[in-house]
Amino acid sequence: MATAAIEHHDAPHHHSSTGLDNTKIAVWAFIGSECLFFMSLISTYLIYKGRNLVGPLPHEAWTDPATGETFKAILNIPVTSASTFVLLMSSLFMVLAHSAVVRGDRKYSKIWLALTALAGATFLGFQAFEFTEFVHAGLTLKRNLFGSTFFTLTGFHGAHVTAGVIWLVTLLFIDMRRGLTPRDAGNVDVCALYWHFVDVVWIAIFTLVYLIQ
Amino acid sequence: MTEHSHHADHGSATAAHGEHHHPTWKEYKWVALILFVITVVEVAAYYIPAFVASRAFVPSLIFMSVVKFAIVVMYYMHLKYDAKLFRALFVGPLAIAVITVIALLFLFGQISLTG
Repeated sequence: MATAAIEHHDAPHHHSSTGLDNTKIAVWAFIGSECLFFMSLISTYLIYKGRNLVGPLPHEAWTDPATGETFKAILNIPVTSASTFVLLMSSLFMVLAHSAVVRGDRKYSKIWLALTALAGATFLGFQAFEFTEFVHAGLTLKRNLFGSTFFTLTGFHGAHVTAGVIWLVTLLFIDMRRGLTPRDAGNVDVCALYWHFVDVVWIAIFTLVYLIQ
Repeated sequence: MTEHSHHADHGSATAAHGEHHHPTWKEYKWVALILFVITVVEVAAYYIPAFVASRAFVPSLIFMSVVKFAIVVMYYMHLKYDAKLFRALFVGPLAIAVITVIALLFLFGQISLTG
């Protein structure tokens, strides 16, 4: 019995009276609270949408009546579509990393974890490029309501992606040092849940902020 | 690739914890493809002025977004196969959040029943 317990995949995890893994319960509760957090930011963005007194505006050009300066539509859909594709693919890499750890395949667990972290870092690179372009185009956090709500919403999402990348790199580091075994599958699973949640938040942001005009 | 026919073992190992079947590599591949196709359709719709101007534009984009959201949650986050408590912990706050957003949008006049 004792041997069987030790050999079990998720043996290091504690289980509650529900028979479920405590860590997973905590992560799902955390994700539930994150739903409320991001919905508050999204609702703020939507409430102020179209109520800007000055440009730049997300989907249409705007001319400053005082100076005659014209600001073009600020959103760059092709660039954001590419970053969205990268983040979607990172979710596929993540499930493959998790399944490699479950199987005890150390070679592929490293490859998929590295690719997931790389995709996350690429997404952040796209976001840094986008933010820089926006600031150069005259859109700042305090320029108008769009700037305030856009940078707050996407900035917090970017911070979550950054945390996810750090988490992934940590797992990759552990994998390289001692190797992730099937006993670690639970730890990789909770990281995967967080990473996929970051992905689904972006699915909502991409549609509500970037595509709906 | 041998790495991709593996989930049955994990599924049985985790069943005792209230977790059940996990999707297979084939399912993951289809999920990725479906997500990609929906994203392409969403972006393509953005570049059709007549469709953007129509009343179907916003509902169709929201519908596609909800489908993508649900697919990732059900298959990649394997909520479809997991314990009901996990589902409750996610769907409960999500439902509260969505209802609150809709109520706020009505309250601030961003959407209305009269159009």
